[in-house]
Amino acid sequence: MKPASFEYHAPDSVEEALGLLTEHGWDAKALAGGQSLIPAMNFRLARPAVLVDLNLIDELAFIRRNENGGGDGGPGPGGVRIGAMTRQRAVEKSELVAELAPLLTEMMPHIAHPQIRNRGTFGGSAVHADPASEIPAALLALDASCRVRGVEGERWVRAEEFFLGLFGTSLEPDELLIEIALPGPRELTGCAFREISRRQGDYALAGLAIRLTLDVKGRIQEARLAYLGVGGAPALAASAAAVLIGEKPTATVVEDAARTAAGELEPMEDMHASAAYRSRLVEILTREALATAAERASGSG
Amino acid sequence: MDATQAVAIRVTVNGERYERSVEPRLLLSDFLRQELGLSGTHVGCEHGVCGACTVLLDGQPVRACLVFAVQADGSSIGTVEGLERDDGLHPLQAAFKEAHGLQCGFCTPGILMTMVAFLDEVPDPTELEVREALSGNLCRCTGYQKIVEAVEAAAAGLGGKP
Ligand SMILES: Cc1cc2nc3c(=O)[nH]c(=O)nc-3n(C[C@H](O)[C@H](O)[C@H](O)COP(=O)(O)OP(=O)(O)OC[C@H]3O[C@@H](n4cnc5c(N)ncnc54)[C@H](O)[C@@H]3O)c2cc1C
Ligand code: FES
Ligand code: FES
Repeated sequence: MKPASFEYHAPDSVEEALGLLTEHGWDAKALAGGQSLIPAMNFRLARPAVLVDLNLIDELAFIRRNENGGGDGGPGPGGVRIGAMTRQRAVEKSELVAELAPLLTEMMPHIAHPQIRNRGTFGGSAVHADPASEIPAALLALDASCRVRGVEGERWVRAEEFFLGLFGTSLEPDELLIEIALPGPRELTGCAFREISRRQGDYALAGLAIRLTLDVKGRIQEARLAYLGVGGAPALAASAAAVLIGEKPTATVVEDAARTAAGELEPMEDMHASAAYRSRLVEILTREALATAAERASGSG
Repeated sequence: MDATQAVAIRVTVNGERYERSVEPRLLLSDFLRQELGLSGTHVGCEHGVCGACTVLLDGQPVRACLVFAVQADGSSIGTVEGLERDDGLHPLQAAFKEAHGLQCGFCTPGILMTMVAFLDEVPDPTELEVREALSGNLCRCTGYQKIVEAVEAAAAGLGGKP
């Protein structure tokens, strides 16, 4: 047997799952798609004493229009809400997501392989908070909000406060991610996603998700750039954004921001690519993605 | 009750019902091979990378090494043993045989299960689509060329069928 033995629970409600997590504290782990947790257990890198399987909790698997807005303390109205246990494959194929958060539709096929996306969940990838992953970067770029619940109550956390460093989030061990709210398309706003990997489905050598908002004069009002595969944590690139704010997205400005991003991030070297190569990728991908996002924002793309 | 103890599960595999008692930590791949004797599902890496263990779980291809058998309770599972039809090999299997889509055969069951589901979804794929669909399955022998040809041949053949 590969994994160490554990106590298994498969509750069918969030309340029951929270009760189990509270009872067992640090000994327990939630099991979502298992596509990160089970490999770690097979290697015995993770040996949770108790597994709380979320797969039977139907109320956590949904994709819906965010109509009620702030009624439950969440953002909106507008945009889309995705339940934590929604399979990555379902997000990829969803027409509602294509309409309300097309950046995700563009990005999802880059995550692993179809067999893994059939099991892996949208929320599981967010909680895993791997700096090499696509979903955390997209949530940062899109200014998503995460609904988090514990037995004591719930709170909404913006992506920037949700991700805390390498594989870290602001979730407590006895809390669950419930759903994620993504704002819908806005005027004068364009998004783009780019990544380079050695093969389709491999983790990216470098990649980024961007959201760019222009003002009526065509100057950049807001720029959210989030990288994957090149930083120590899912985070926004602040210096590159600062170069863009208030400027028109001309070739020179875009070049400048791309170089700043390459300097700001400190990619690691590994067996797949040197740090210098990754920096170069950051520069090129940033330039390409910025150009696309600017085109889309001005309605010409 | 100690929840690390065996749990009773019921699954339907290739149309046959089974009831077994399993430890929660038993992987679906090991369950199929060791408990049910269905060793056609291969096990390569056991961390989701090679695709040799791919089976259909309620019709969807998944890594059997990344699902616990207890989680399959109540589900229907398809493995390579279930592909053959009364009149012989499944057309995809026949195409692999015809086109030399396998050498040692270690990767083949996982590839077949992946591609059966893929061709259901995309009956008339381009070569690029076939290659992308194959990206989650490693083959150390063929260099993939013959596999791609086999899948394309099967698609052409299957296309004519209802
Ligand atoms: C071969 C392979 C290639 C991959 N390639 C990529 C890739 O290119 N890009 C990429 O982004 N990912 C990749 N992945 C990872 C995949 O996307 C995972 O599905 C994802 O990272 C985790 O989601 P999950 O639902 O499987 O979560 P799990 O593995 O079940 O859980 C991950 C962690 O999150 C916790 N958790 C999960 N859901 C919740 C919740 N709702 N509330 C609280 N805690 C929760 C769990 O306790 C666990 O600690 C790959 C995986 C494999 C096996
Ligand atoms: S054995 Fe399951 S993917 Fe390799
Ligand atoms: S035929 Fe040997 S691994 Fe594919």
